[in-house]
Amino acid sequence: MGTTVEKRPAPGATAAHRRRVAGAGALVAGLVLAAALSLAVGARALSPTEVWQGLFGEPGADQRLTEITLIVQTVRVPRTVLAVVAGIALGISGALIQGFTRNPIADTGLLGVNAGASFAVVTMILLFGLASPFQYVWFAFLGAAVAGVIVFGLASLGRGAGSPLTLALTGQGVTVFLAAMTTAVALSDKASLNALRFWKAGSVAGVGFDTIWPATVFIAIGLALALIMLPTINLLNLGDDVARGLGVKIGLSRTSGVVAITLLAGAATAACGPIAFLGLMVTHVARYLTGPDYRWLVPYAGLLGALVLLVCDIVGRVVTRPGELQAGVVVALAGAPFFAVLVWRGKFRNA
Amino acid sequence: MSETKMAPGVRLGRASFVWRPWMVLVTLLLAGAAFLVFCLSIAVGDFPIGLPQVIATLFGRGERVDEFVIMDLRMPRALAGLVVGVALGVSGAITQSIARNALASPDVLGITGGAGAVAAFLVTVSGGAAAVITNSVGLPAAALAGGLGTGLLVYFLAWRRGIDGLRLILIGISVSAVMEAITVWLLVTADIRDVARAQAWLVGSLDSRSWGEVWIALWGTLALMAVVGYVSFQLRPMHFGDDIAAGLGVRYSMVRAVLLLSAVLLAGVAVSAAGPVPFVALVAPQVAMRLVRYPTPPLVASGLVGALLLIGSDLVARTALPITLPVGVVTAAIGGPFLVYLLVRANLKRGM
Repeated sequence: MGTTVEKRPAPGATAAHRRRVAGAGALVAGLVLAAALSLAVGARALSPTEVWQGLFGEPGADQRLTEITLIVQTVRVPRTVLAVVAGIALGISGALIQGFTRNPIADTGLLGVNAGASFAVVTMILLFGLASPFQYVWFAFLGAAVAGVIVFGLASLGRGAGSPLTLALTGQGVTVFLAAMTTAVALSDKASLNALRFWKAGSVAGVGFDTIWPATVFIAIGLALALIMLPTINLLNLGDDVARGLGVKIGLSRTSGVVAITLLAGAATAACGPIAFLGLMVTHVARYLTGPDYRWLVPYAGLLGALVLLVCDIVGRVVTRPGELQAGVVVALAGAPFFAVLVWRGKFRNA
Repeated sequence: MSETKMAPGVRLGRASFVWRPWMVLVTLLLAGAAFLVFCLSIAVGDFPIGLPQVIATLFGRGERVDEFVIMDLRMPRALAGLVVGVALGVSGAITQSIARNALASPDVLGITGGAGAVAAFLVTVSGGAAAVITNSVGLPAAALAGGLGTGLLVYFLAWRRGIDGLRLILIGISVSAVMEAITVWLLVTADIRDVARAQAWLVGSLDSRSWGEVWIALWGTLALMAVVGYVSFQLRPMHFGDDIAAGLGVRYSMVRAVLLLSAVLLAGVAVSAAGPVPFVALVAPQVAMRLVRYPTPPLVASGLVGALLLIGSDLVARTALPITLPVGVVTAAIGGPFLVYLLVRANLKRGM
């Protein structure tokens, strides 16, 4: 480092900044394209005109048009919206959890969110015999939230106050316990096991807007909280002492971070089941694209999450026609090898 | 630790080590507890045998009847628990040491995922190749082959001019994710009765072990432990990072490669004897670290905690619970909360 005084470039003037903005723009464009594709592709392929008619056409004009309207408005639009919303939520919470635990292998399920939701689902089926997935969405969300609160509460007891490692390990401990309980229930009750295997696959299909809107509200609150937090995460990653010296209220920011993660991951998991690996994967890719600055990394991870989940959902509809492959399964089957290649080529040096 | 007092060093001929009374004490206590639970596990059953008789029989001075029940009926199960626990504990300690990450475990190195996917395939897909494999080599052997194959695949995929901790873990997570997705997909498409069977196998169990399986696991573990024991003297400097380790004369690339390969094989041995028992490898080193108050996962203590956890859980599962559950479930149900308890206690203590 020389001692020359460098003038700080005006915001938005550097090449890196322009590249990041352009990249974000490209991601948004890709997302719009994928969303349009998602409306057209499926068991019954639709032409662009038909999609347009389905979206805005008057139902009842003739048989074919009614059918198209029905397909587009009650099947394709909800799952597209859910894939985008849940993808954003999982991507952002994946980036947040890595930021707050400072651990490159932390995943969205780390705070017990997935395990809590799964446990709530099997318990509700065991106790009340709920049959359809729509009845247990709320219990799943409740389970995820309670697990998140318990993990954070236990990790924050005493003066050790939720250090990243304590948080991560407490999350693991609670997850392990809840997963064992879930397995115990599933092994003793066939109905629970049956529901659990479909729930665990993780899918964005078959969920109506009556579920999607409330989930979106929770995700929006989590998103707002996350976006406020972004500059703070950069400071927290310098270490607690430095962050405190720079004026960060450590306890407050950790609490709001965990609340944001739980809201985002909990709502997404409740609506579509535990989609593992997505958050971890897109966070690493986002870090490779943007560098370690969380103000860029987190939004990128959100956009990437939405894009990947949407594309995987579309792929899942096409590959095993007339059946479907669950989006969660496709994310792992298609995303993981791609991710492994990136890892092997040494793209994540500074992870 | 607030005190800066240095632990005294001891030298015996060419060997030297740091004398840590607390560590030695806790390790001995753990060994004693593991032996006690081991004997208890043999003593308790439909035909109860007193603890003194069990110990006498183990040392070859028992009665004929006891000897039959103990050596032929109960011993394989208890020994399998011991071997699997030790193997998983040590394997987890190695993985966490090398990755320098408390969340790493052989579970993410692909062994569990690979074995699970193969088992799910064999259970859910009837007829064809699956039936041939099941009939010829049996489910456990095939699953072990799948697990080891996946583990080695991860290992070689991660090899790029040596093994790097984070790269190995990230590739392991990816490969495990693929394997788990295959398992999930197989379960979703399968008949619900097969799903129940597969699920039961996927959590690991010590039921109906035979001497044959146990001997293989025992000798495999002993051989691998010898390798690990020999190399582990070079492990400690590696916690300081590659540069310092190299400066201290450690061939870190070789040590890391040997240790991680041993960890993969140890986890494979455990799978062969009990199926993919989850979480032991993750929890045991962390619990051991906190019990012996040592900053990195201690190998011996981790193995002992693993054994204690597994045999103890098996005992609880057989005696205290109203319904029969596989040992893997009970292990997780006990191990998880115990880890949380240790964490919370440490935090509360720091606050005072």
